[in-house]
Amino acid sequence: MAEKSPTINRRKFVADGLRVAGAAGLFGAAGLLTMRRGGEPINNLWQIDPNKCVACGNCATHCVLDKSAAVCKHAFRMCGYCNLCTGYFEPEAAELTTGAENVLCPTGAIVRTFVEDPYYEYTIDEPKCIGCAKCVKGCIAFGNGSLYLQIDQDRCMHCNECAIAVACPSEAVRRVTAETPYLPKDGDPES
Amino acid sequence: MMRPIRFVLFAVVLLAAASNAALAVERFPPPEFTDHALPTTQFAPARPAFIQYVDVALLAGGLALASYLALARRSRRGLFVLSIAALAWFGFVRHGCVCSIGAIQNVALAAGNANYTVPWVVVAFFVLPLVFTLFFGRTFCAAVCPLGAAQELVAVRPIRVPRWLEHALGLLPHVYLGLGVALAAVGTAFLICRYDPFVGFFRLGATSAMLIFGGCVLAIGVFVGRPYCRFLCPYGVVLGWLSRLSKWRVRITPDQCIGCRLCEDVCPYGAIEPPTSALSPAARPAVRGWFVFFLVLLPVLIAAGAVLGSHLAVPLSRLDPAVELAEQVWAEDHGLTHVTTDASDAFRNTQRPPEELYRAAQSQRVKLAWAGMGFGAWVGLVVGMKFIMLARYPRQTDYEPNPAACVSCGRCFWYCPQDQVHRLQTTKDTKNTKTAC
Repeated sequence: MAEKSPTINRRKFVADGLRVAGAAGLFGAAGLLTMRRGGEPINNLWQIDPNKCVACGNCATHCVLDKSAAVCKHAFRMCGYCNLCTGYFEPEAAELTTGAENVLCPTGAIVRTFVEDPYYEYTIDEPKCIGCAKCVKGCIAFGNGSLYLQIDQDRCMHCNECAIAVACPSEAVRRVTAETPYLPKDGDPES
Repeated sequence: MMRPIRFVLFAVVLLAAASNAALAVERFPPPEFTDHALPTTQFAPARPAFIQYVDVALLAGGLALASYLALARRSRRGLFVLSIAALAWFGFVRHGCVCSIGAIQNVALAAGNANYTVPWVVVAFFVLPLVFTLFFGRTFCAAVCPLGAAQELVAVRPIRVPRWLEHALGLLPHVYLGLGVALAAVGTAFLICRYDPFVGFFRLGATSAMLIFGGCVLAIGVFVGRPYCRFLCPYGVVLGWLSRLSKWRVRITPDQCIGCRLCEDVCPYGAIEPPTSALSPAARPAVRGWFVFFLVLLPVLIAAGAVLGSHLAVPLSRLDPAVELAEQVWAEDHGLTHVTTDASDAFRNTQRPPEELYRAAQSQRVKLAWAGMGFGAWVGLVVGMKFIMLARYPRQTDYEPNPAACVSCGRCFWYCPQDQVHRLQTTKDTKNTKTAC
């Protein structure tokens, strides 16, 4: 059949050639799109810029995960180690004890330990933290602003469109590279 | 000798001033502990990237296997098993992200915004199914796409959608594609991801509205085969174009079609086109007349669409966060509203001048006006092309799947008597050769 009709053969050859060219063109365009940045690292991780965050509380409710990927971090070198910590206690706390009625955190994720008079240290129990930013808000308002939210890159789903970024009122959620997956408030996490 | 010392002194004074300024921000200076080491903040490292290589490898492997099963083995059962595997991995394990359908937007954004770097995995997810479709037809839809697989599973009582309705609803994916690309290219929103009906099921959690939408798509899918694929999926549009050009594609019968019409009844997606009778010479001028008329109408429709689309700038900009914020701030500054939003409060905190925000919003509005115009022209083109396609009179002798609509599910293979005969013969042959050996 094929030998009998050389015109069909030629047409088939041209069509195949066009298909291969089309596939090569698709791959080429894809490569061009990926390489266009001159080898710059790809920023496909989401992170919260703590200097833009207004602690609105959307992170806790808008993340696609059941327990939000946003968790509280503590910049220990910025903290004032106050006894009356406005990130830890309710504004009208009856007494400065660890009783649940006095404490701001809804899940008891902040651990308060005595260091030396009059200083107390506050550490975050991350598995308990739901990213509600109540402590962050209190600390920004009256303290040093050492408590801040970050997206836990170990748990983040890396959604194509981050639901927290859509819900963020201050455009604080942006794409970062794998080299700088976190934006810590007190500088480099290694130092 | 004096100069270096003076310089050092100067630097020390400067540094002291700088550190004082930094300390002044902190309301309560951090204490100097004598015998207490400060804990370090723990940051969990990002998960390794190798899972992305696994994803791309599985995608390529899945596409190759689906093409083999659909075209060489002609195995409906194999395709079904593969589609369940795809649903499990790309759907429930990988939570439906990244997917080829959503990748359209990343590519559009990368084309529209030079500051955005599109990850190569996303590009691979966009391109690989296109290339496979160019050669093997829509085998991606058959057994690799988790959204398609979910709908394939529930299509148990499919009814036939009337042709006119099928043609009309078939315009929707084109419109959705245009809108999704326009909004993504401008950087306003990833609409296609936001209204993905099944991602809520894959992640076992979404807003109630999206879960209801997804549930409705599945419920409709019981009676109307693959409603998302046929009447919404924007990636299916692109695959449909390429599938028309594909080298190999699903053919119903391996031998001569006997016109029994069994396949036409079993196709749940209305993809099988019946043979057409030869056009009578009397009807030929009328058909040609309509064809020429719609050909002339095409530029008119495109122009009309562009004009109408340019009026979409205002409704489209409602979706843009920058424009929304600028309008809120403007309304507050001009006493039109006394209720502030979280976004406007956050903006006031930054101390940025509102004019800067207005300029950004204005540039976004201009971009959206162009995007709206392009979108309108696109809709005009799609409607015009639909008319032209309907006015054609293609000659067809057998029952053949329409390559653009066929998702290579393989249901028709089993119902084709010729295929059954073919199968029996081949198994008999292999048995004979076995006994002979």
